[in-house]
Amino acid sequence: MKIRVLGPGCANCKKLEANVSEAAAQLELDADIQKVEDIQEIMSYGVLSTPGLVVDGVVKISGRVPSVAEIIAILKG
Amino acid sequence: MWQKAVDWLVYSLFGFGRTSILGGAIDFFIYDMVKILVMLTVIIYAMAIVRSFVPPEKVRVVLSKKNEYVGNVPAALFGIITPFCSCSAVPLFIGFIEAGVPLGVTFSFLVASPMINEIAVGLLWTLFGWKIALIYVVSGLVIAVAAGILIGRLGLEKWVEDFVYQIKVGASTGEAMRLTWKNRSDDAKGYTVDLVKKIAPYIALGVGIGAFIHGYAPEEFISRVAAKTNPFAVPVAVLIGIPLYSNAAGTIPIVTTLIGKGVPMGTALAFMMSVTALSLPELIILRKVLKKPLLATFFAVVGVAIIFTGYLFNLVI
Repeated sequence: MKIRVLGPGCANCKKLEANVSEAAAQLELDADIQKVEDIQEIMSYGVLSTPGLVVDGVVKISGRVPSVAEIIAILKG
Repeated sequence: MWQKAVDWLVYSLFGFGRTSILGGAIDFFIYDMVKILVMLTVIIYAMAIVRSFVPPEKVRVVLSKKNEYVGNVPAALFGIITPFCSCSAVPLFIGFIEAGVPLGVTFSFLVASPMINEIAVGLLWTLFGWKIALIYVVSGLVIAVAAGILIGRLGLEKWVEDFVYQIKVGASTGEAMRLTWKNRSDDAKGYTVDLVKKIAPYIALGVGIGAFIHGYAPEEFISRVAAKTNPFAVPVAVLIGIPLYSNAAGTIPIVTTLIGKGVPMGTALAFMMSVTALSLPELIILRKVLKKPLLATFFAVVGVAIIFTGYLFNLVI
């Protein structure tokens, strides 16, 4: 599973990254989690408001920080 | 009623004398602080709910179908409800330009977004009543629309950083926009708690300084320096406002007290607009997408518009 956290490095982006790591740890997922800070790459996902959460190439969240529980629900699909 | 409760607390329970300066300052502090925090919590929460229905991805599509003049007004209106997060400004700008939103229309959005925010409006409403809050919103909108039209007319497209025109924005999947009411209220709750926590210390500081000025600063000194008859008061207030950014929430309670001490309303509003709309951190972020001449034009146009508004209100109110 490829998880990308989109954000140029503001407080909300870091919070989302922390929540995602926490959710993956709780699910004991063997996921490839990476933070995307390059503006060109962020925009290639069609995300205008950061932070964004992309799972396997699909934008799941943009412009808000979901709770750990919500991310778990998303990751379970 | 709230004033009576605070009076009872300070003068009866704490036992300060009715004429005590310190007692007066503490009374003022508790009264304002609680009133502001309650009002802000309600307003920030309500705005967060409204905002969840108007994501920028949608705004971009709507604005790309509008031309100049027709587009400036909705752009400024969208700017009010969209929070200007320093880290979102660049992707928003690129996204708008790439979608074919005219530069002037994009600027109407960029001006309105930081200037008219729910914190400023909430504080004005709490401290001065809804009329002053409304005046602030309307004049902010006029400035945003006028500045956008002017910048659009000047034809400054060449002063946008070249890479902006090369970026291809991917198609928005729209999946992120299907939110349930539970998502919306959970998000709004989290956002409100975070924001109120973040600004509360500044407001406490601002109200604290305000309470101090209230009790101690000599009235004639302030009203002499900032009187309506002093032609430099408005531009100086705007200049002072530029470096004050992170403390936007805290400056307003100070401004309240200054108004109580005789600073004219127009000068105070110009100061507030300058604090929120013209800031160094914003300048640094926008520099990533704007070349210096366009950045300078943006600052100058908005600065002049704010100074003009200050003078206008000093004449009218």
